[in-house]
Amino acid sequence: MEILVCVKRVPDTAENEIEINSEGNDIERDDLVYSVNEWDNYAVEEAIQIVDKVGGSVTVATVGDEESEEVLRREMAMGAQNGLLLTDDAFEGADGKGIASILTAAVKKGNYDLILTGAQADDGAAEVGGMMAAMLDVPYASLVNTIEVQDGKLKIGREVEGGNQDMYEVEMPCVLSIQTGINEPRYVGIRGIRKVASVEIPEQGASDLGIDASNVGGDAAKVKRIDYFVPEMGEGAEMLEGSTEEIIEKLVEYLKAKGGLK
Amino acid sequence: MADIFAYIEHNQGVVDDTALELLAAAKKIFPDAPVTAIVMGSGGDVDKVANEMTASYNAVWKVDNAAFSFPDAEAARKALVNILPGDCVLLLPHAHFGMDLSPGLSIKLDSVFLSDVVDSEGLDGNTLKVIRQEFSGQVSTHVHADISNGAVINVRPGVFQPDESKAGGGDVVDKSGDIGDVSVKRKYLETVQAEAGEVDITKSEVLVSVGRGVEEEDNIEMMFDLAEAMGADVSCSRPIVDAKWLEKARQVGTSGQTVKPKVYMALGISGSFQHMGGVKGNPFIIAINKNPKAPIFQMADVGVEANILEFVPELTEKIKEL
Repeated sequence: MEILVCVKRVPDTAENEIEINSEGNDIERDDLVYSVNEWDNYAVEEAIQIVDKVGGSVTVATVGDEESEEVLRREMAMGAQNGLLLTDDAFEGADGKGIASILTAAVKKGNYDLILTGAQADDGAAEVGGMMAAMLDVPYASLVNTIEVQDGKLKIGREVEGGNQDMYEVEMPCVLSIQTGINEPRYVGIRGIRKVASVEIPEQGASDLGIDASNVGGDAAKVKRIDYFVPEMGEGAEMLEGSTEEIIEKLVEYLKAKGGLK
Repeated sequence: MADIFAYIEHNQGVVDDTALELLAAAKKIFPDAPVTAIVMGSGGDVDKVANEMTASYNAVWKVDNAAFSFPDAEAARKALVNILPGDCVLLLPHAHFGMDLSPGLSIKLDSVFLSDVVDSEGLDGNTLKVIRQEFSGQVSTHVHADISNGAVINVRPGVFQPDESKAGGGDVVDKSGDIGDVSVKRKYLETVQAEAGEVDITKSEVLVSVGRGVEEEDNIEMMFDLAEAMGADVSCSRPIVDAKWLEKARQVGTSGQTVKPKVYMALGISGSFQHMGGVKGNPFIIAINKNPKAPIFQMADVGVEANILEFVPELTEKIKEL
Protein backbone atom coordinates (compact mmCIF):
# COMPACT_ATOMS: atom_id res chain seq x y z
CA MET A 1 0.00 0.00 0.00
CA GLU A 2 1.29 3.46 -0.91
CA ILE A 3 0.55 5.93 1.87
CA LEU A 4 1.04 9.69 1.91
CA VAL A 5 1.05 11.41 5.31
CA CYS A 6 0.68 15.19 5.38
CA VAL A 7 2.54 16.76 8.28
CA LYS A 8 3.04 20.28 9.65
CA ARG A 9 5.75 22.09 11.55
CA VAL A 10 4.23 23.91 14.54
CA PRO A 11 5.38 25.67 17.71
CA ASP A 12 5.72 23.03 20.40
CA THR A 13 3.29 23.97 23.18
CA ALA A 14 4.93 21.53 25.58
CA GLU A 15 8.19 23.49 25.26
CA ASN A 16 6.87 27.07 24.97
CA GLU A 17 4.43 29.47 26.53
CA ILE A 18 2.58 31.04 23.64
CA GLU A 19 2.68 34.83 23.96
CA ILE A 20 1.68 37.76 21.77
CA ASN A 21 4.50 39.85 20.26
CA SER A 22 4.82 43.57 20.97
CA GLU A 23 3.06 44.57 17.71
CA GLY A 24 0.13 42.32 18.56
CA ASN A 25 0.05 40.90 15.05
CA ASP A 26 1.65 37.54 15.73
CA ILE A 27 2.79 35.27 18.50
CA GLU A 28 6.32 35.84 19.80
CA ARG A 29 8.37 33.57 17.53
CA ASP A 30 11.90 34.37 18.70
CA ASP A 31 13.27 31.41 20.65
CA LEU A 32 10.19 29.32 19.90
CA VAL A 33 10.88 25.60 19.79
CA TYR A 34 9.17 23.98 16.81
CA SER A 35 8.29 20.35 16.34
CA VAL A 36 6.04 18.19 14.23
CA ASN A 37 2.35 18.61 15.01
CA GLU A 38 1.42 16.06 17.70
CA TRP A 39 -1.50 14.53 15.74
CA ASP A 40 0.73 14.04 12.68
CA ASN A 41 3.09 11.82 14.67
CA TYR A 42 0.23 9.41 15.31
CA ALA A 43 -0.64 9.49 11.59
CA VAL A 44 2.93 8.65 10.58
CA GLU A 45 3.16 5.87 13.17
CA GLU A 46 -0.13 4.40 11.90
CA ALA A 47 1.10 4.51 8.29
CA ILE A 48 4.34 2.74 9.23
CA GLN A 49 2.44 0.04 11.12
CA ILE A 50 0.13 -0.55 8.13
CA VAL A 51 3.05 -0.85 5.73
CA ASP A 52 4.83 -3.21 8.16
CA LYS A 53 1.79 -5.49 7.94
CA VAL A 54 0.79 -5.32 4.27
CA GLY A 55 3.85 -3.91 2.49
CA GLY A 56 4.25 -0.73 0.49
CA SER A 57 5.83 2.56 1.45
CA VAL A 58 5.19 5.70 3.44
CA THR A 59 5.83 9.20 2.08
CA VAL A 60 5.68 12.22 4.38
CA ALA A 61 4.91 15.58 2.77
CA THR A 62 4.71 19.10 4.09
CA VAL A 63 4.09 22.58 2.70
CA GLY A 64 6.65 25.01 4.04
CA ASP A 65 10.08 26.52 3.75
CA GLU A 66 13.56 25.06 4.25
CA GLU A 67 13.00 24.90 7.99
CA SER A 68 10.17 22.43 7.50
CA GLU A 69 12.68 19.91 6.20
CA GLU A 70 13.61 19.01 9.78
CA VAL A 71 10.11 17.70 10.53
CA LEU A 72 10.20 15.54 7.40
CA ARG A 73 13.55 14.16 8.47
CA ARG A 74 12.23 13.42 11.93
CA GLU A 75 9.30 11.45 10.52
CA MET A 76 11.67 9.61 8.16
CA ALA A 77 13.74 8.69 11.19
CA MET A 78 10.56 7.07 12.56
CA GLY A 79 10.49 4.87 9.47
CA ALA A 80 8.83 6.74 6.60
CA GLN A 81 10.69 5.83 3.40
CA ASN A 82 10.28 9.08 1.47
CA GLY A 83 10.00 12.79 2.16
CA LEU A 84 8.53 15.50 -0.04
CA LEU A 85 8.95 19.22 0.62
CA LEU A 86 6.40 21.38 -1.19
CA THR A 87 7.97 24.78 -1.24
CA ASP A 88 7.58 27.93 -3.30
CA ASP A 89 7.66 31.63 -2.45
CA ALA A 90 4.26 31.82 -4.10
CA PHE A 91 2.79 29.51 -1.42
CA GLU A 92 3.40 32.19 1.25
CA GLY A 93 0.19 33.24 3.00
CA ALA A 94 -1.90 30.33 1.74
CA ASP A 95 -5.09 29.65 3.70
CA GLY A 96 -6.36 26.14 4.51
CA LYS A 97 -7.88 25.76 1.07
CA GLY A 98 -4.58 26.84 -0.52
CA ILE A 99 -2.63 24.27 1.51
CA ALA A 100 -5.18 21.59 0.61
CA SER A 101 -4.85 22.53 -3.09
CA ILE A 102 -1.05 22.23 -2.98
CA LEU A 103 -1.18 18.85 -1.21
CA THR A 104 -3.90 17.64 -3.58
CA ALA A 105 -1.68 18.47 -6.55
CA ALA A 106 1.10 16.42 -4.95
CA VAL A 107 -1.29 13.49 -4.39
CA LYS A 108 -2.26 13.54 -8.06
CA LYS A 109 1.42 13.36 -9.05
CA GLY A 110 1.75 10.11 -7.13
CA ASN A 111 -0.22 6.90 -6.90
CA TYR A 112 -1.43 6.73 -3.32
CA ASP A 113 -3.99 4.33 -1.88
CA LEU A 114 -4.32 6.15 1.40
CA ILE A 115 -3.74 9.74 2.50
CA LEU A 116 -3.46 10.52 6.20
CA THR A 117 -3.38 13.83 8.07
CA GLY A 118 -3.46 14.70 11.74
CA ALA A 119 -7.00 15.42 12.95
CA GLN A 120 -5.96 18.99 13.75
CA ALA A 121 -3.03 21.20 14.64
CA ASP A 122 -2.61 23.58 17.57
CA ASP A 123 -2.48 26.52 15.17
CA GLY A 124 -4.90 25.13 12.63
CA ALA A 125 -8.56 24.56 11.84
CA ALA A 126 -8.91 20.78 11.36
CA GLU A 127 -9.77 21.41 7.72
CA VAL A 128 -7.08 20.32 5.27
CA GLY A 129 -7.86 16.57 5.17
CA GLY A 130 -11.58 17.05 4.51
CA MET A 131 -10.85 19.63 1.84
CA MET A 132 -8.36 17.33 0.09
CA ALA A 133 -10.89 14.47 0.03
CA ALA A 134 -13.48 16.76 -1.58
CA MET A 135 -10.94 18.02 -4.14
CA LEU A 136 -9.93 14.43 -4.95
CA ASP A 137 -13.55 13.24 -4.84
CA VAL A 138 -12.67 10.35 -2.54
CA PRO A 139 -14.18 9.27 0.81
CA TYR A 140 -13.14 11.04 4.00
CA ALA A 141 -13.33 10.24 7.68
CA SER A 142 -12.16 12.49 10.50
CA LEU A 143 -11.05 11.72 14.06
CA VAL A 144 -10.08 8.17 13.11
CA ASN A 145 -8.88 6.10 16.06
CA THR A 146 -8.56 2.63 14.56
CA ILE A 147 -7.65 1.28 11.09
CA GLU A 148 -7.73 -2.30 9.91
CA VAL A 149 -6.88 -3.38 6.35
CA GLN A 150 -9.40 -5.89 4.98
CA ASP A 151 -9.49 -7.20 1.39
CA GLY A 152 -8.54 -3.96 -0.31
CA LYS A 153 -10.83 -1.93 1.93
CA LEU A 154 -10.36 -0.35 5.32
CA LYS A 155 -12.38 -0.95 8.43
CA ILE A 156 -12.05 2.19 10.51
CA GLY A 157 -13.38 3.64 13.74
CA ARG A 158 -14.23 7.30 14.33
CA GLU A 159 -14.17 8.83 17.75
CA VAL A 160 -17.56 10.32 18.61
CA GLU A 161 -19.33 11.70 21.68
CA GLY A 162 -19.08 10.01 25.05
CA GLY A 163 -16.12 7.78 24.20
CA ASN A 164 -18.19 5.82 21.68
CA GLN A 165 -16.81 4.75 18.33
CA ASP A 166 -18.57 4.71 14.94
CA MET A 167 -17.28 1.89 12.71
CA TYR A 168 -17.18 2.20 8.92
CA GLU A 169 -15.99 0.29 5.90
CA VAL A 170 -14.19 2.67 3.54
CA GLU A 171 -13.13 2.19 -0.05
CA MET A 172 -9.68 3.32 -1.16
CA PRO A 173 -8.25 5.66 -2.14
CA CYS A 174 -9.45 7.77 0.76
CA VAL A 175 -8.35 10.49 3.13
CA LEU A 176 -8.41 9.91 6.89
CA SER A 177 -7.62 12.38 9.66
CA ILE A 178 -5.99 10.66 12.62
CA GLN A 179 -6.85 11.26 16.26
CA THR A 180 -4.29 11.03 19.06
CA GLY A 181 -4.28 7.78 21.01
CA ILE A 182 -4.72 5.53 17.93
CA ASN A 183 -1.27 4.07 18.64
CA GLU A 184 1.87 4.83 20.60
CA PRO A 185 4.25 6.75 18.31
CA ARG A 186 7.77 5.35 18.48
CA TYR A 187 10.57 7.25 20.09
CA VAL A 188 13.08 8.86 17.76
CA GLY A 189 16.60 9.10 19.11
CA ILE A 190 19.58 11.08 17.93
CA ARG A 191 20.87 7.97 16.19
CA GLY A 192 17.71 7.62 14.14
CA ILE A 193 17.91 11.25 13.08
CA ARG A 194 21.59 10.83 12.11
CA LYS A 195 20.75 7.87 9.92
CA VAL A 196 18.54 10.00 7.67
CA ALA A 197 20.55 13.23 8.01
CA SER A 198 22.04 13.04 4.54
CA VAL A 199 19.07 11.54 2.70
CA GLU A 200 18.07 13.76 -0.22
CA ILE A 201 14.55 15.15 0.22
CA PRO A 202 13.03 16.23 -3.09
CA GLU A 203 11.49 19.69 -3.35
CA GLN A 204 8.57 20.64 -5.55
CA GLY A 205 7.22 24.08 -6.32
CA ALA A 206 4.15 25.36 -8.12
CA SER A 207 5.44 24.62 -11.62
CA ASP A 208 6.56 21.08 -10.67
CA LEU A 209 3.07 20.44 -9.32
CA GLY A 210 1.38 22.00 -12.33
CA ILE A 211 -0.63 24.50 -10.28
CA ASP A 212 -1.19 28.18 -10.89
CA ALA A 213 0.55 29.80 -7.93
CA SER A 214 -1.85 32.74 -7.97
CA ASN A 215 -4.66 30.32 -7.02
CA VAL A 216 -3.08 29.04 -3.82
CA GLY A 217 -0.95 31.78 -2.22
CA GLY A 218 -1.74 34.78 -0.07
CA ASP A 219 -3.51 36.71 -2.84
CA ALA A 220 -5.96 33.86 -3.37
CA ALA A 221 -6.62 33.35 0.34
CA LYS A 222 -10.20 34.23 1.25
CA VAL A 223 -9.70 33.41 4.92
CA LYS A 224 -7.11 35.58 6.64
CA ARG A 225 -5.85 35.65 10.19
CA ILE A 226 -5.56 39.36 10.98
CA ASP A 227 -3.86 39.25 14.36
CA TYR A 228 -3.42 37.46 17.66
CA PHE A 229 -4.74 38.79 20.94
CA VAL A 230 -5.50 37.76 24.48
CA PRO A 231 -9.18 38.41 25.14
CA GLU A 232 -10.38 40.46 28.07
CA MET A 233 -11.63 37.84 30.47
CA GLY A 234 -13.83 37.99 33.48
CA GLU A 235 -12.23 37.94 36.86
CA GLY A 236 -11.33 34.31 36.57
CA ALA A 237 -10.23 32.29 39.54
CA GLU A 238 -9.42 33.67 42.95
CA MET A 239 -5.68 32.96 43.02
CA LEU A 240 -4.52 31.73 46.40
CA GLU A 241 -1.33 33.49 47.47
CA GLY A 242 1.18 33.15 50.28
CA SER A 243 3.46 30.40 51.50
CA THR A 244 2.66 26.84 50.46
CA GLU A 245 1.44 26.20 53.97
CA GLU A 246 -0.91 29.19 53.88
CA ILE A 247 -2.21 28.24 50.45
CA ILE A 248 -2.90 24.69 51.57
CA GLU A 249 -4.73 25.96 54.64
CA LYS A 250 -7.00 28.15 52.51
CA LEU A 251 -7.54 25.36 50.01
CA VAL A 252 -8.54 22.90 52.74
CA GLU A 253 -11.06 25.44 54.05
CA TYR A 254 -12.59 25.69 50.59
CA LEU A 255 -12.67 21.92 50.24
CA LYS A 256 -14.45 21.57 53.56
CA ALA A 257 -16.95 24.30 52.72
CA LYS A 258 -17.78 22.98 49.26
CA GLY A 259 -18.07 19.30 50.14
CA GLY A 260 -14.72 18.33 48.67
CA LEU A 261 -13.66 16.26 51.68
CA LYS A 262 -15.46 13.17 52.82
CA MET B 1 -28.03 38.95 1.07
CA ALA B 2 -27.19 35.30 1.10
CA ASP B 3 -29.62 32.76 2.53
CA ILE B 4 -28.74 31.68 6.06
CA PHE B 5 -29.10 28.07 7.25
CA ALA B 6 -28.43 26.19 10.47
CA TYR B 7 -27.88 22.44 10.63
CA ILE B 8 -29.86 20.90 13.49
CA GLU B 9 -28.19 17.94 15.17
CA HIS B 10 -30.46 15.50 16.92
CA ASN B 11 -30.18 12.06 18.41
CA GLN B 12 -33.21 9.93 17.62
CA GLY B 13 -35.59 12.84 17.87
CA VAL B 14 -33.92 14.60 20.79
CA VAL B 15 -32.67 18.02 19.66
CA ASP B 16 -29.08 18.88 20.52
CA ASP B 17 -28.34 21.91 22.74
CA THR B 18 -26.55 23.52 19.80
CA ALA B 19 -29.82 23.95 17.81
CA LEU B 20 -30.66 27.27 19.46
CA GLU B 21 -27.01 28.28 19.93
CA LEU B 22 -26.62 28.30 16.15
CA LEU B 23 -29.71 30.53 15.89
CA ALA B 24 -28.09 32.97 18.32
CA ALA B 25 -24.85 32.89 16.35
CA ALA B 26 -26.69 33.46 13.05
CA LYS B 27 -28.56 36.44 14.51
CA LYS B 28 -25.35 37.95 15.85
CA ILE B 29 -23.74 37.76 12.40
CA PHE B 30 -26.82 38.64 10.32
CA PRO B 31 -29.15 40.55 12.67
CA ASP B 32 -32.11 40.94 10.34
CA ALA B 33 -31.84 37.92 8.07
CA PRO B 34 -34.31 35.03 8.22
CA VAL B 35 -32.69 31.76 9.26
CA THR B 36 -33.72 28.35 7.93
CA ALA B 37 -33.18 25.19 9.98
CA ILE B 38 -32.12 22.02 8.18
CA VAL B 39 -33.30 18.79 9.79
CA MET B 40 -32.12 15.50 8.31
CA GLY B 41 -33.14 12.09 9.53
CA SER B 42 -35.40 9.16 8.94
CA GLY B 43 -39.03 8.50 9.82
CA GLY B 44 -40.94 9.99 12.75
CA ASP B 45 -37.89 11.53 14.39
CA VAL B 46 -37.33 13.98 11.58
CA ASP B 47 -40.94 15.26 11.71
CA LYS B 48 -40.78 15.65 15.47
CA VAL B 49 -37.56 17.66 15.31
CA ALA B 50 -38.68 19.71 12.29
CA ASN B 51 -41.96 20.67 13.98
CA GLU B 52 -40.14 21.60 17.17
CA MET B 53 -37.81 23.90 15.21
CA THR B 54 -40.63 25.85 13.55
CA ALA B 55 -41.14 27.76 16.80
CA SER B 56 -37.63 29.21 16.65
CA TYR B 57 -36.66 29.28 12.97
CA ASN B 58 -38.20 31.27 10.12
CA ALA B 59 -38.38 28.14 8.00
CA VAL B 60 -37.47 24.48 8.38
CA TRP B 61 -36.20 22.27 5.59
CA LYS B 62 -36.61 18.60 6.34
CA VAL B 63 -34.91 15.72 4.59
CA ASP B 64 -36.41 12.32 5.34
CA ASN B 65 -34.40 9.44 3.92
CA ALA B 66 -33.28 6.04 5.20
CA ALA B 67 -29.68 7.12 4.45
CA PHE B 68 -29.96 9.49 7.42
CA SER B 69 -31.26 7.07 10.02
CA PHE B 70 -27.69 7.44 11.22
CA PRO B 71 -25.95 10.83 10.94
CA ASP B 72 -23.57 10.08 8.07
CA ALA B 73 -21.55 13.14 7.04
CA GLU B 74 -20.53 11.68 3.67
CA ALA B 75 -24.16 11.21 2.58
CA ALA B 76 -25.29 14.47 4.19
CA ARG B 77 -22.64 16.40 2.25
CA LYS B 78 -23.92 15.07 -1.08
CA ALA B 79 -27.51 15.92 -0.16
CA LEU B 80 -26.63 19.42 1.05
CA VAL B 81 -24.71 20.23 -2.13
CA ASN B 82 -27.88 19.43 -4.08
CA ILE B 83 -30.36 21.38 -1.97
CA LEU B 84 -28.40 24.43 -0.81
CA PRO B 85 -28.00 27.59 -2.90
CA GLY B 86 -24.33 27.92 -3.87
CA ASP B 87 -23.69 31.23 -2.13
CA CYS B 88 -25.51 30.43 1.12
CA VAL B 89 -24.16 30.60 4.65
CA LEU B 90 -24.53 27.37 6.65
CA LEU B 91 -23.83 27.12 10.37
CA LEU B 92 -23.08 23.81 12.10
CA PRO B 93 -21.82 22.76 15.52
CA HIS B 94 -18.04 22.25 15.61
CA ALA B 95 -18.25 18.70 16.94
CA HIS B 96 -17.70 15.18 15.66
CA PHE B 97 -20.29 15.42 12.88
CA GLY B 98 -19.49 18.96 11.71
CA MET B 99 -15.76 18.26 11.70
CA ASP B 100 -16.47 15.32 9.38
CA LEU B 101 -18.84 17.18 7.09
CA SER B 102 -17.90 20.82 6.76
CA PRO B 103 -14.40 21.21 5.28
CA GLY B 104 -15.34 19.10 2.27
CA LEU B 105 -18.74 20.76 1.95
CA SER B 106 -17.09 24.18 1.63
CA ILE B 107 -15.02 22.84 -1.29
CA LYS B 108 -18.06 21.34 -3.01
CA LEU B 109 -20.00 24.61 -2.59
CA ASP B 110 -16.93 26.67 -3.56
CA SER B 111 -17.43 28.74 -0.43
CA VAL B 112 -15.12 29.49 2.50
CA PHE B 113 -14.84 27.34 5.63
CA LEU B 114 -14.56 28.86 9.09
CA SER B 115 -13.72 26.36 11.79
CA ASP B 116 -14.47 26.40 15.52
CA VAL B 117 -15.77 29.97 15.62
CA VAL B 118 -16.23 31.35 19.16
CA ASP B 119 -17.57 34.84 18.41
CA SER B 120 -18.40 37.26 15.63
CA GLU B 121 -17.80 40.94 15.07
CA GLY B 122 -20.31 41.01 12.25
CA LEU B 123 -20.27 41.65 8.56
CA ASP B 124 -18.53 44.47 6.72
CA GLY B 125 -19.62 44.30 3.10
CA ASN B 126 -18.67 40.77 2.07
CA THR B 127 -16.09 40.46 4.83
CA LEU B 128 -17.19 38.38 7.78
CA LYS B 129 -15.20 39.06 10.94
CA VAL B 130 -15.01 36.23 13.43
CA ILE B 131 -12.94 35.23 16.42
CA ARG B 132 -11.19 31.88 16.79
CA GLN B 133 -8.73 30.45 19.26
CA GLU B 134 -5.39 28.76 18.73
CA PHE B 135 -3.00 26.78 20.90
CA SER B 136 -5.76 25.26 23.05
CA GLY B 137 -7.21 28.66 23.88
CA GLN B 138 -3.96 30.30 24.99
CA VAL B 139 -4.41 33.00 22.34
CA SER B 140 -7.30 34.29 20.23
CA THR B 141 -7.28 35.53 16.65
CA HIS B 142 -9.39 37.83 14.52
CA VAL B 143 -10.14 36.09 11.24
CA HIS B 144 -11.59 37.86 8.20
CA ALA B 145 -13.27 35.89 5.45
CA ASP B 146 -14.58 36.91 2.05
CA ILE B 147 -18.04 35.29 2.00
CA SER B 148 -19.20 36.65 -1.36
CA ASN B 149 -19.42 33.02 -2.55
CA GLY B 150 -20.97 31.82 0.71
CA ALA B 151 -19.57 30.19 3.84
CA VAL B 152 -19.70 27.04 5.91
CA ILE B 153 -19.23 28.03 9.54
CA ASN B 154 -18.56 25.56 12.35
CA VAL B 155 -19.56 27.19 15.63
CA ARG B 156 -18.06 26.01 18.92
CA PRO B 157 -20.76 24.39 21.07
CA GLY B 158 -21.55 26.10 24.36
CA VAL B 159 -20.27 29.62 23.63
CA PHE B 160 -23.39 31.33 22.26
CA GLN B 161 -26.33 31.65 24.65
CA PRO B 162 -29.24 29.69 23.15
CA ASP B 163 -31.85 31.92 21.50
CA GLU B 164 -35.01 30.98 23.41
CA SER B 165 -37.15 33.79 21.97
CA LYS B 166 -39.28 31.39 19.92
CA ALA B 167 -39.75 34.15 17.36
CA GLY B 168 -39.61 31.83 14.35
CA GLY B 169 -43.03 30.66 13.30
CA GLY B 170 -41.82 29.04 10.12
CA ASP B 171 -43.28 26.27 8.00
CA VAL B 172 -41.76 22.89 7.27
CA VAL B 173 -40.65 22.45 3.67
CA ASP B 174 -40.01 18.87 2.56
CA LYS B 175 -36.76 18.74 0.56
CA SER B 176 -36.51 14.94 0.57
CA GLY B 177 -37.13 14.73 -3.17
CA ASP B 178 -34.33 17.11 -4.08
CA ILE B 179 -31.31 15.45 -2.49
CA GLY B 180 -30.27 13.38 -5.50
CA ASP B 181 -27.94 10.40 -5.24
CA VAL B 182 -26.62 10.00 -1.70
CA SER B 183 -24.79 6.70 -2.13
CA VAL B 184 -21.33 6.79 -0.56
CA LYS B 185 -18.08 4.84 -0.52
CA ARG B 186 -17.91 4.91 3.25
CA LYS B 187 -20.38 2.47 4.75
CA TYR B 188 -21.58 2.77 8.35
CA LEU B 189 -21.34 -0.52 10.21
CA GLU B 190 -22.11 0.03 13.88
CA THR B 191 -21.50 2.19 16.93
CA VAL B 192 -19.32 0.57 19.57
CA GLN B 193 -20.32 1.78 23.04
CA ALA B 194 -17.58 2.94 25.39
CA GLU B 195 -16.42 0.28 27.82
CA ALA B 196 -17.42 0.73 31.43
CA GLY B 197 -14.49 1.36 33.70
CA GLU B 198 -13.62 0.35 37.24
CA VAL B 199 -15.25 3.55 38.49
CA ASP B 200 -18.20 5.46 37.09
CA ILE B 201 -16.92 9.05 37.25
CA THR B 202 -20.26 10.37 35.96
CA LYS B 203 -21.63 9.60 39.45
CA SER B 204 -18.69 10.99 41.45
CA GLU B 205 -19.32 13.95 43.75
CA VAL B 206 -15.67 14.89 44.07
CA LEU B 207 -13.15 14.43 41.28
CA VAL B 208 -9.39 14.76 41.33
CA SER B 209 -8.65 15.18 37.64
CA VAL B 210 -5.17 14.67 36.23
CA GLY B 211 -3.70 16.31 33.13
CA ARG B 212 -0.47 16.57 31.20
CA GLY B 213 1.20 18.32 34.15
CA VAL B 214 1.62 14.94 35.83
CA GLU B 215 4.51 14.44 33.36
CA GLU B 216 5.20 10.75 34.02
CA GLU B 217 3.20 7.61 34.58
CA ASP B 218 4.86 6.99 37.93
CA ASN B 219 3.43 10.26 39.23
CA ILE B 220 -0.17 9.13 38.75
CA GLU B 221 -0.04 7.26 42.05
CA MET B 222 0.50 10.56 43.85
CA MET B 223 -2.85 11.76 42.53
CA PHE B 224 -4.59 8.58 43.70
CA ASP B 225 -3.12 9.20 47.16
CA LEU B 226 -4.68 12.66 47.22
CA ALA B 227 -8.01 11.33 45.95
CA GLU B 228 -8.03 8.65 48.63
CA ALA B 229 -7.32 11.18 51.35
CA MET B 230 -10.17 13.37 50.07
CA GLY B 231 -12.60 10.55 49.44
CA ALA B 232 -12.63 11.50 45.77
CA ASP B 233 -12.41 9.57 42.50
CA VAL B 234 -9.67 10.08 39.90
CA SER B 235 -10.51 11.32 36.42
CA CYS B 236 -8.22 12.72 33.74
CA SER B 237 -7.83 14.67 30.51
CA ARG B 238 -7.21 13.22 27.08
CA PRO B 239 -3.37 13.09 26.96
CA ILE B 240 -3.36 10.76 29.98
CA VAL B 241 -5.58 8.28 28.15
CA ASP B 242 -3.61 8.68 24.91
CA ALA B 243 -0.48 7.75 26.87
CA LYS B 244 -2.41 4.74 28.25
CA TRP B 245 -1.66 5.77 31.83
CA LEU B 246 -5.35 5.62 32.76
CA GLU B 247 -8.35 3.88 31.20
CA LYS B 248 -10.61 5.67 28.72
CA ALA B 249 -13.56 5.48 31.13
CA ARG B 250 -11.81 8.03 33.35
CA GLN B 251 -11.50 10.65 30.58
CA VAL B 252 -13.54 13.84 31.04
CA GLY B 253 -14.47 15.75 27.90
CA THR B 254 -16.58 15.88 24.76
CA SER B 255 -15.04 12.64 23.53
CA GLY B 256 -15.02 11.12 27.00
CA GLN B 257 -17.38 11.28 29.96
CA THR B 258 -19.66 14.11 31.02
CA VAL B 259 -19.32 14.56 34.77
CA LYS B 260 -21.42 16.53 37.28
CA PRO B 261 -19.44 16.61 40.53
CA LYS B 262 -19.81 19.09 43.39
CA VAL B 263 -16.08 19.74 43.41
CA TYR B 264 -13.73 19.38 40.44
CA MET B 265 -10.02 19.64 41.16
CA ALA B 266 -8.04 20.08 37.93
CA LEU B 267 -4.39 19.15 38.42
CA GLY B 268 -2.04 20.13 35.62
CA ILE B 269 -4.95 20.48 33.18
CA SER B 270 -4.78 23.44 30.77
CA GLY B 271 -8.56 23.60 30.32
CA SER B 272 -9.25 23.14 26.61
CA PHE B 273 -12.89 23.53 25.59
CA GLN B 274 -13.04 19.86 24.62
CA HIS B 275 -12.10 18.96 28.19
CA MET B 276 -14.30 21.52 29.95
CA GLY B 277 -17.19 20.56 27.65
CA GLY B 278 -17.42 17.42 29.76
CA VAL B 279 -17.68 19.29 33.08
CA LYS B 280 -21.34 20.12 33.74
CA GLY B 281 -23.57 21.09 36.64
CA ASN B 282 -21.52 24.14 37.68
CA PRO B 283 -19.17 22.44 40.14
CA PHE B 284 -16.74 24.33 42.39
CA ILE B 285 -13.57 24.17 40.31
CA ILE B 286 -10.11 24.24 41.85
CA ALA B 287 -7.24 24.57 39.38
CA ILE B 288 -3.62 23.88 40.19
CA ASN B 289 -1.23 24.58 37.33
CA LYS B 290 2.29 25.90 37.00
CA ASN B 291 1.40 28.00 33.93
CA PRO B 292 -0.35 31.17 35.18
CA LYS B 293 -1.73 31.73 31.67
CA ALA B 294 -3.46 28.35 31.45
CA PRO B 295 -7.08 28.88 30.31
CA ILE B 296 -8.28 26.74 33.23
CA PHE B 297 -7.73 29.71 35.56
CA GLN B 298 -10.43 31.63 33.65
CA MET B 299 -12.97 28.91 34.38
CA ALA B 300 -11.94 27.94 37.90
CA ASP B 301 -13.32 29.36 41.14
CA VAL B 302 -10.04 29.01 42.98
CA GLY B 303 -6.56 28.74 41.50
CA VAL B 304 -3.10 27.88 42.72
CA GLU B 305 -0.03 28.59 40.59
CA ALA B 306 2.18 25.65 41.49
CA ASN B 307 3.84 22.54 40.16
CA ILE B 308 1.42 19.76 41.06
CA LEU B 309 4.28 17.32 41.59
CA GLU B 310 5.53 19.45 44.48
CA PHE B 311 2.19 20.77 45.73
CA VAL B 312 0.03 17.66 45.76
CA PRO B 313 2.09 15.55 48.23
CA GLU B 314 2.03 18.41 50.72
CA LEU B 315 -1.71 18.86 50.28
CA THR B 316 -2.25 15.13 50.75
CA GLU B 317 -0.22 15.15 53.99
CA LYS B 318 -2.25 18.05 55.35
CA ILE B 319 -5.58 16.40 54.53
CA LYS B 320 -4.46 13.14 56.13
CA GLU B 321 -3.68 15.06 59.34
CA LEU B 322 -7.25 16.38 59.60
